[in-house]
Amino acid sequence: MTLLILLGTSFLAAIILAFVGDRRYAAEINILGSTATFIAGVALAVHVYLDGPMIAGGKFFFVDAFSVYLTVLTAFVSMTTAIFSRRYMRREREHGRVGHWGMRFYHAMFQLFIFAMLLALLTNNVGVLWIAMELATLSTVLLVSLYRTPTAIEAAWKYFILCGVGIAQALFGTVLLYFAAEKVLGEGGEALLWTNLSQVSTQLEPTVLRLAFVFLMVGYGTKVGLVPLHNWLPDAHSEGPTPISAVLSGLLLNIALYALVRCKVLVDGSTGTNQAGNLMMGFGLLSILVAAFSLLRQKDIKRMFAYSSIEHMGIATFAFGLGGPIATFGALLHMLVHSLTKSSIFFTVGHASQMHETQEMEKIKGLIRGNPLVGWGLMLGVMAIVGMPPFGVFTSEFLILTATMKDAALLAPLLLLGLGVAFAALFRRVQPMVAGAIPLYQKPLKAAHIPVILHMVLVLIIGLYMPNFLSRWFHTAVELLK
Amino acid sequence: MSTNIAAQMNSVLAALVLLTAFGLLVQRRVYGLLHLFAWQGLFLSISTAVVGFVSSQHHLYISSVLTLALKVIVLPYILHTLIIRLKIHKEVETVVNVPATMLIGIALVIFSYHLTAPIRDLSTLVTKSTIAVALATVMLGLLMMITRRHAVTQIIGFLAMENGLFFAATSATYGMPLVVELGVALDILIAAFIFGIFFFHIRETFDSLDVEQMAMLKEED
Repeated sequence: MTLLILLGTSFLAAIILAFVGDRRYAAEINILGSTATFIAGVALAVHVYLDGPMIAGGKFFFVDAFSVYLTVLTAFVSMTTAIFSRRYMRREREHGRVGHWGMRFYHAMFQLFIFAMLLALLTNNVGVLWIAMELATLSTVLLVSLYRTPTAIEAAWKYFILCGVGIAQALFGTVLLYFAAEKVLGEGGEALLWTNLSQVSTQLEPTVLRLAFVFLMVGYGTKVGLVPLHNWLPDAHSEGPTPISAVLSGLLLNIALYALVRCKVLVDGSTGTNQAGNLMMGFGLLSILVAAFSLLRQKDIKRMFAYSSIEHMGIATFAFGLGGPIATFGALLHMLVHSLTKSSIFFTVGHASQMHETQEMEKIKGLIRGNPLVGWGLMLGVMAIVGMPPFGVFTSEFLILTATMKDAALLAPLLLLGLGVAFAALFRRVQPMVAGAIPLYQKPLKAAHIPVILHMVLVLIIGLYMPNFLSRWFHTAVELLK
Repeated sequence: MSTNIAAQMNSVLAALVLLTAFGLLVQRRVYGLLHLFAWQGLFLSISTAVVGFVSSQHHLYISSVLTLALKVIVLPYILHTLIIRLKIHKEVETVVNVPATMLIGIALVIFSYHLTAPIRDLSTLVTKSTIAVALATVMLGLLMMITRRHAVTQIIGFLAMENGLFFAATSATYGMPLVVELGVALDILIAAFIFGIFFFHIRETFDSLDVEQMAMLKEED
């Protein structure tokens, strides 16, 4: 029942918002819908926490510790993004960057996007997981091109084509998976259910699954933004409206990684080796290094943080590939804290670029004096994302690094190099932006403060003291992914 | 109809699908592309029905009808309307290096045969010989999207890839579960509306549908 409310709310909100359009209370309905989704998500999490994994709707839905924590995270970040976007989008509307139809479209598609992500997390069917991923792409394509500038249209087209091609490879991988599963489980819809597949994964034909994983890796890897399949990501993040950058970076990449990890578990069970893991480690490490060095040469603020997302998704992919309890725990934690920190950074970045009416970092100055919340928010956000203690990212990166030193000591220097370069690149850029005097062209702005403060406090709490329920959750998820 | 004849018929249809995929690769006229795409859908639909008949997998009839409706009627109709509305039906795209593209295409087909060899050995289905063709169709669609520069052509390449994927599902496993197939069809339909809107946006902004001009987003130094 909770499941239906959870999925139904965002779907219903999408339909309602399509009709409400550009009226004054559209943003409030958007917030209301996302809040209701979040409450339902928490209710579901409590249920799973107390009673363990749950199968519902004639085996169509399956919720365990791994998917439920991402469900709550998705619902939470979409709620805070909805709060942030109320003020942000109102200002964009007043400045004429978005029209009447654009606003209608924005709100409806935002909710549809959340629906698609929740469906991907809650479904038990690997085929439906693919469909939901594709739906999540499609619902955001036109949001990236919302401003209708030549660069925005180019970015959206690139996003559409590259992710369309990528995700097609994942479908081929799914077909191969079904081919192998059918031999063991028989024909029909049952053979694509994750609960069934994970039970018989040792009997699945290893040669087929190995081949399938290559396609799944390329397919879902494109959506995770792994190098060298990452080309769409910086463009889509920098050209779309900032709330969309926040949810793309904070949520969509996570969901794609979730899909990949689910498939990895099956392949590992079948082959009995860590081949899939090695592939993920390779892609992950390459992403960390390429993204870290790309960070150095960025001029556009949103583009820079997009590369930072590639780096962090690389870290999580690397850690999942490494396997073992510590690395997996670290990867799960990293997905959580990265999502919270990065979306908070995007909130402040959105406000900063509205104040200066540009995304060029050289023109953004004196943020702390101009608007303390935006300035300090950005400063602390960057400190958190580069992995400074006491924030949560430090904890997760420390765990991953420890595990790397233990299990793959030779790769540890490369990992450290990536983290170090990223640290230097981001820090060098952020100081001139937050410090100094207010430039003449800076405009005052009423910032949405609740989302930023909420996110940063959570990241700080996780860094200082891991709540009991969270670590129990992660431990259960680690067991599942063994 | 005996299994043997059905298998042969299926192979012929697979060959036709592959032929249309190669045709798409080098066709320069927008209308020609559209016709080839519709033919490919038709061959796919017939092949699905044949497989459904001989294996008595009746849900394949539904897939067959779905393919016929979506890929032979609805999508070509939408594209046709768009082409008329955008007034690009007379446009001729310059296709560079046809022989090289063809050779790469042939190499991709051989590669597909090599890649799917283990699956062919494991499969017991009538259709096992066509899996390689299905993968080749996907690869050729990909090649088409890389080599061509027109927005409409890229979309047709994308849809041809989707055809290849559908063909792969039929030949490797007698089709995916119905819920998945319906979902995929729905996604394609949504994608059709999105690229429809896109064509107009690109035209409005760039004055033509040549995606070559979209090269502003680069890494600056």
